[in-house]
Amino acid sequence: MELPIYLDNNATTPLDPRVLEAMLPYFTTKFGNAASRNHAFGWVAEEGVDYAREQAAKLIGCTEKEIIFTSGATEADNLGIKGVFEMYQDKGNHIITATTEHKAVLDTCKHLEKLGAKVTYLSVKEDGLIDLAELEAAMTEQTILVTIMYGNNEIGVVQPIREISAIAHKFGALFMTDATQAVGKIPVDVNADGIDLLAFSAHKMYGPKGVGVLYVRRKNPRVKVTAQMDGGGHERGMRSGTLNVPGIVGLGKACELCRLEMDSEAARLSALRDKLESALTVMEESYVNGNTQHRLPHVANISFKYVEGEGLMMAMKDLAVSSGSACTSASLEPSYVLKSLGLSDDLAHSSIRFGLGRFTTEEEIDYAIENTKKAVNHLRDLSPLWEMFKEGIDLSKIEWAEH
Amino acid sequence: MAYSEKVMEHYTNPRNVGTLDKNSKSVGTGLVGAPECGDVMRLQIEVDENNVITDAKFKTFGCGSAIASSSLATEWLKGKTVDQAMTIDNMDIVEELALPPVKIHCSVLAEDAIKSAINDYRVKNGMEPIALPKSHH
Repeated sequence: MELPIYLDNNATTPLDPRVLEAMLPYFTTKFGNAASRNHAFGWVAEEGVDYAREQAAKLIGCTEKEIIFTSGATEADNLGIKGVFEMYQDKGNHIITATTEHKAVLDTCKHLEKLGAKVTYLSVKEDGLIDLAELEAAMTEQTILVTIMYGNNEIGVVQPIREISAIAHKFGALFMTDATQAVGKIPVDVNADGIDLLAFSAHKMYGPKGVGVLYVRRKNPRVKVTAQMDGGGHERGMRSGTLNVPGIVGLGKACELCRLEMDSEAARLSALRDKLESALTVMEESYVNGNTQHRLPHVANISFKYVEGEGLMMAMKDLAVSSGSACTSASLEPSYVLKSLGLSDDLAHSSIRFGLGRFTTEEEIDYAIENTKKAVNHLRDLSPLWEMFKEGIDLSKIEWAEH
Repeated sequence: MAYSEKVMEHYTNPRNVGTLDKNSKSVGTGLVGAPECGDVMRLQIEVDENNVITDAKFKTFGCGSAIASSSLATEWLKGKTVDQAMTIDNMDIVEELALPPVKIHCSVLAEDAIKSAINDYRVKNGMEPIALPKSHH
């Protein structure tokens, strides 16, 4: 076992060697521009792209023509949301999303508000799921788009996608989902799920960074988006720019591997995650954040009360994890996702996200459990709050010095 | 964030972790920060009849810099007179630990904890609390 152990697979994943192998020829011998229609170099590159398009389409149950390659999920989110807003403005200007979305969605919506969009940000329940009745109540004749993420990046909660899309469609709105954390990890089927637009990225599923997909439905209904970049009219006019052929080939291969290995991987990872969670929550005052039924198999977000997340990460120096604490940034605001669940600030400051992945072993999880327990106990020995808690002092009754 | 070796050293081997009897007249306790801000620092001093700080203890809930700042503060306090302790400036802590700009807050917290502990001691012993300059955050 090598240290440090990587448990931040929600941030990014390592490239699978099989993906790298598929990509390599496209950097050197098969280097052509996929848009060069008049010679063999172009055809070879185009073949690679076409195959990747098939591989990606198979993973989410769509046709090749519905796959638009982008530079990643952020661009796909931008293109989908802005593209729909611009295309359907004559129909309405109302967009519905949720407070726990990724910034690629939230900030895009905020941008559109400046351009005349009316955006509803749905709150979530304390388990991280949106309230379907609240969604339905928010729908109006002006609603053109509902965009709700598939699985959350911080807490792994999976939203009731089919119910959400049904509500959107009942009111004649399109349904988009940022499925960056879900695609390749759990079954995603755009037809069964009623998805009109979907964004994901290769680097969260053992593919390369810098390449992603926007799925745009072609039938029932035929969805159109206004291009955000002008140029050569690549990707059916929706996303101009010379295709990142090696990246796309890698994305395709990554999709194929995920599709073939998804069932066994999901079972393996959820077992490891459950082991990690149960071992850590036997400690006093430790809590799993988010719904524990409807969620991704590889994410565990745990709050350890009375210790601060960043301080804790330092004590877990052989573990690469992430914290909902904002002590690493200039702002003192903890994670907005955790706060949306109604977590108090101190619990949000005390959270650690463990993101397991394809290369995570049981031995690593055992090590992570021991390392985390030791670190939590060490920091609690150092924590005045833990001491007060142990003495039975009600911390909420203390008048804290403003700072 | 990459921390200086000194931060890591104090963080890994914090000095003077513990609790003094806060009801004792010779002990001053300073509790600053707030759980919702992500850091709470408790610093305690024990003062002898010559106004010399003979012992100092801390407990801190916070990031690595907050723990290192309070650990360093206890080291500096021991052996100083209360008047000398009053002159410890947060920028001295920043310099000693090479704290990055976003962590200056932690040193301010440590300075406030020192002053608040001194004032607690003063009030307990019938002295006027020293008016604290509005902190530099």
